[in-house]
Amino acid sequence: MIQGLAILSFSFLLGMWSGELLGSWLGINANVGGVGFAMIFLLLTKEYLSRKGWWKFDLEFGIEFWNKLYIPVVIAMAASLNVKSALSSGTLAILAGIIPVFLAFWVFKILIKNFPTSHE
Amino acid sequence: MNELTQVLDKNGLIVAFLLVGLLTWLTDLFSKKVLKSRIPGSAIAIFLALFFGYLGGVVAGGEKGLADVTLFKGLSVLGGSMFRDFAIVATAIGASFLLIRKSGLLGLISLILGIGVFFLSGVALAWVVGYRDAVSLCTIGAGACTYIVGPVTGGALGASSEVIALSIGTGVVKTIAVTIFTPVFAKKIGLESPGSAMAFGGIMGTSSGVAAGLAATDPKLVPYGAVTATFFTGLGCLLCPSLFYLLISALLS
Repeated sequence: MIQGLAILSFSFLLGMWSGELLGSWLGINANVGGVGFAMIFLLLTKEYLSRKGWWKFDLEFGIEFWNKLYIPVVIAMAASLNVKSALSSGTLAILAGIIPVFLAFWVFKILIKNFPTSHE
Repeated sequence: MNELTQVLDKNGLIVAFLLVGLLTWLTDLFSKKVLKSRIPGSAIAIFLALFFGYLGGVVAGGEKGLADVTLFKGLSVLGGSMFRDFAIVATAIGASFLLIRKSGLLGLISLILGIGVFFLSGVALAWVVGYRDAVSLCTIGAGACTYIVGPVTGGALGASSEVIALSIGTGVVKTIAVTIFTPVFAKKIGLESPGSAMAFGGIMGTSSGVAAGLAATDPKLVPYGAVTATFFTGLGCLLCPSLFYLLISALLS
């Protein structure tokens, strides 16, 4: 179990580091794609270990636990958002927060219709 | 009683586990018995959590919603960026690398489209309301991308603190809007496959909103949406204060 968690942590830290490096390389003070890199490292590690025959259910269990914990984390996150000040920071914040979302839903619908591989 | 408050105060994170567990237990029950599973329990739980976050802001008046009430402070640890990102990475274990690689181009296109759509419509709305200087317009447009891109752009361009606060407010409203409207519109807009989830993450961008919205729609799609959404904020921080600012100021003069 803990070995699986260690693999997850290793991928996470390596990915975050890559994101920070990419950010400073681009000259901005932000993490660029750290989570995405970490996910890809985790998938590659799993792929490599499976091929070697070293991937066991026990390893996956440590990662699966965090996978399942994901929705509770999102719920806690929603409860600790600054909802009140967001809603009270004025009409513009509400309009500029909501209208572009609907526009983006519409753009997404068009993109998906015209991009064949996305249906698979 | 004094002893109990002490225990609860010292073990905030554990209290948060208990609270979230209780909330999901109740919402699952409500979803099954009353709504016949038409709306998933997790969607109700996320929506209620936003509502509690609002109440927390009214009662405590801080910046972290319900987590500013001492008893509930552990929620900001459990829902903080470290646990959020760690759990999102863990969801990759159920994803297929092959599918991610196959939809890579679609993801890239959607990222560029998404940042363009949010930035431009944010700038247009700020213009309608009466802002005319390139710095404020850009900062508000960047805030329409995410609540991180807004202040980063505003800071880089030297925007006033009111405008920066407005851009953060805009970004938070966006996160909430994506969370609530994703499960509502998912079927209508064709959000049902891993490839479309990757495009969705790229267009919407807000990691928290995409993650919460997809969790309420179909948890299997979460890793695909998250893998592209994670590039959105970084790309926005790169483009908004540079290329986009130059374009807007060129348009204005």
